[in-house]
Amino acid sequence: MSHGVVTPGDSIRERAANAIDDPVLQQAMRNLDVRLPTARIVADHLPGLKDRAAALRRETLADLPGWLDRAEAALTALGVHVHRAETPEDARRIILAIASEEHLTRAVKSKSMATEEIDLVDALEGAGIEAVETDLGEYIVQVAGERPSHMIVPAIHKTLEQIADVLETRADGPLPADSEGLTAWARDHLRARFLAADLGVTGANFVAADTGTIVLVTNEGNGDLCTIIPRVQIAVVPVEKVIARFADLATLLPLLTMSATGQRISNYVTMINGPRREGEIDGPEVLHVVLLDHGRTRLVGTAYEDMLACIRCGACLNVCPVFRRISGHAYDAVYSGPMGKVLTPLLSLAGTEGRDLPEASTLCGACTEACPVEIPLADLLVRLRADLRRPGAVDPLPSPSRPAVSSRGSRSRSPAARLPGEGFDSRVWRLPLASRPAPWTRRRVAFTVWARIWARPDGYRVSTRAARIASLALGRRWTRWSLPGIRAWTETRDGPLPAGHSFRSRWDKRERGAQRW
Amino acid sequence: MPDVALFVTCVVDQLVPEVGVSTVRLLEAAGCRVEFPAAQTCCGQPASNAGEPEAAALLARHLVEVFEPYEVVVAPSGSCVAMVHHWYERLLSGRDADRARALAAKTHELASYLADGLGTIDVGATIDATVTVHDACHGLRSLGVRDAPRRLLAAAGATLVELPESETCCGFGGTFALEHGEIAAPLADDKLRHAATTGARWLVSGDTACLLHLEGRRRRTGIGPEPVHFAQLLASGLPAGAR
Repeated sequence: MSHGVVTPGDSIRERAANAIDDPVLQQAMRNLDVRLPTARIVADHLPGLKDRAAALRRETLADLPGWLDRAEAALTALGVHVHRAETPEDARRIILAIASEEHLTRAVKSKSMATEEIDLVDALEGAGIEAVETDLGEYIVQVAGERPSHMIVPAIHKTLEQIADVLETRADGPLPADSEGLTAWARDHLRARFLAADLGVTGANFVAADTGTIVLVTNEGNGDLCTIIPRVQIAVVPVEKVIARFADLATLLPLLTMSATGQRISNYVTMINGPRREGEIDGPEVLHVVLLDHGRTRLVGTAYEDMLACIRCGACLNVCPVFRRISGHAYDAVYSGPMGKVLTPLLSLAGTEGRDLPEASTLCGACTEACPVEIPLADLLVRLRADLRRPGAVDPLPSPSRPAVSSRGSRSRSPAARLPGEGFDSRVWRLPLASRPAPWTRRRVAFTVWARIWARPDGYRVSTRAARIASLALGRRWTRWSLPGIRAWTETRDGPLPAGHSFRSRWDKRERGAQRW
Repeated sequence: MPDVALFVTCVVDQLVPEVGVSTVRLLEAAGCRVEFPAAQTCCGQPASNAGEPEAAALLARHLVEVFEPYEVVVAPSGSCVAMVHHWYERLLSGRDADRARALAAKTHELASYLADGLGTIDVGATIDATVTVHDACHGLRSLGVRDAPRRLLAAAGATLVELPESETCCGFGGTFALEHGEIAAPLADDKLRHAATTGARWLVSGDTACLLHLEGRRRRTGIGPEPVHFAQLLASGLPAGAR
């Protein structure tokens, strides 16, 4: 990977440092602040909705293969061609085969993370098919040769001035650095692409298993145009997007839009029920759905199953103190922010991607609190830190048997009285941590030796006394020393000085009857 | 007069014992008899958060054993208490997990124990200063501690000014502060800058490790009010006679 990012680097540490040193990026990221309250609005005003949505998502996950079969049957009955893709390569191969069979040459694409996941635009262009992003933010990053940095606001890492500069490369003359002027230009410019397109590529926010309805949520109407004008439509749908019933949208749609943008409903909701029928005036003549697995169904029944409940609202990104500072490109992954830190290593079939991401979290829990479907993101991060150090850990631990979806005691408490992430009986809490032994790395040896010493009162006393004596002998000098071991702290902060006497020695003094201790 | 076992935490024990002394004074001012089980060490959170659950379990088992004989356990740290509440039963299994649940049920963060557990809002302290409160993450989100420190400080006469983004992490994050100093430091700067806008004399919080991170950064930049543990500030306002 590492292509198309504004903050390059070999590790998240390096990319984060680059992001923090980039004043223009830091200025652009302040635009995200307006989205900060969306999660709070949902929690405060729609606690019941959050509860119902979390339950609906778990209902589907409890029998994902079954709901997928039902969805496939419903789609097929509507005349949709359904394909199953195990891997991104499979998905690309299926889509390119359709394009070649239908002699397609010009594609317009609405916003979709799944198509990012399978690098579809590159694949189409490689096959000689012009592919244009039609979501304004996506179009900006496409023209800039970058990848989106936020799943809802793809160009959040750019200032208005930078965006004007990017779009000017496609315009006949200079463009104004104001959002209305730029939007108007893009609208005109993209309109011609829509009219010329013979392929519309979309994702799906939801697919209803009972009716076979494909649901697209957009604010620009580009989803509508991608599905109305081109002769052929291909929807790339990750398997967890299936929902049991069309009626569930009454809960899930407002929850998604409130969490994503603070809107009760988005400007456009596109619902597609199969290809164009006799007598209909618009819609694709041919409609394909590619159900993308990419390592997802192997997560069902594991401690990481909850991650599949995600509805891609971006609320966890918006509240994440780390994301707000380092922006999406620092993650060098399709999915960024807290959910990206969990999902990226889990989706990596080779087990090589995003392994350093779970470390880049303060574990503050703001993501868990913000998540509208109760995914315990912070807990999943802690678990991943442990599991990723174990052999074969990217294949998450299978559970011996699937317990019925039960409620924790706290569920009976009113939503307001609950702590973040407490609403759902998450699998991450039911499966034991560390049931697979980790290899003896230097790090593990260090932690084990430390724990063995500190699990004994005398070991604790002796080791802390030695550390105090050493530190007091050095005085304040060491607190700014740049030495291996302490540099990680002292590079940016003064080290803490231990007190002259520990609490326990002062307590001993008091026990001996001292008035002042 | 409730008997309380003090879980002082390793950070307070070694680095800021004054917070421990202040905790004892506050509990005694609220009418408690305080005991200090000397065999206690560390809750094990560094290992747990570092992805070393076996090492963390060694320390968890030890802490469970040390505090088993006591009725009530109080610590001046939301984070260490959250470790006991949230992670112990997940790190341990079988009977150990049951014992961990029993410990969690009787283990309290200091401010919420005083304000909610004992119903003591006025500990008899007087604070004549403007303060702003940072809600340390684990106390806030794993234990629901938010109002308690504010109520205690207000009852002592302190003028409270709300901190902008008081619920945003200060960037400490345990091992994160070492692994990702490049992010931890700017997050501390954000917190200190926000605190500076309040004009408060003190930046108050309930977790010593977060305060050391903020103080370490403040020593470099000179920005922001002095970080202080709420127990230390509140106890400083107790009448001199109160031990």
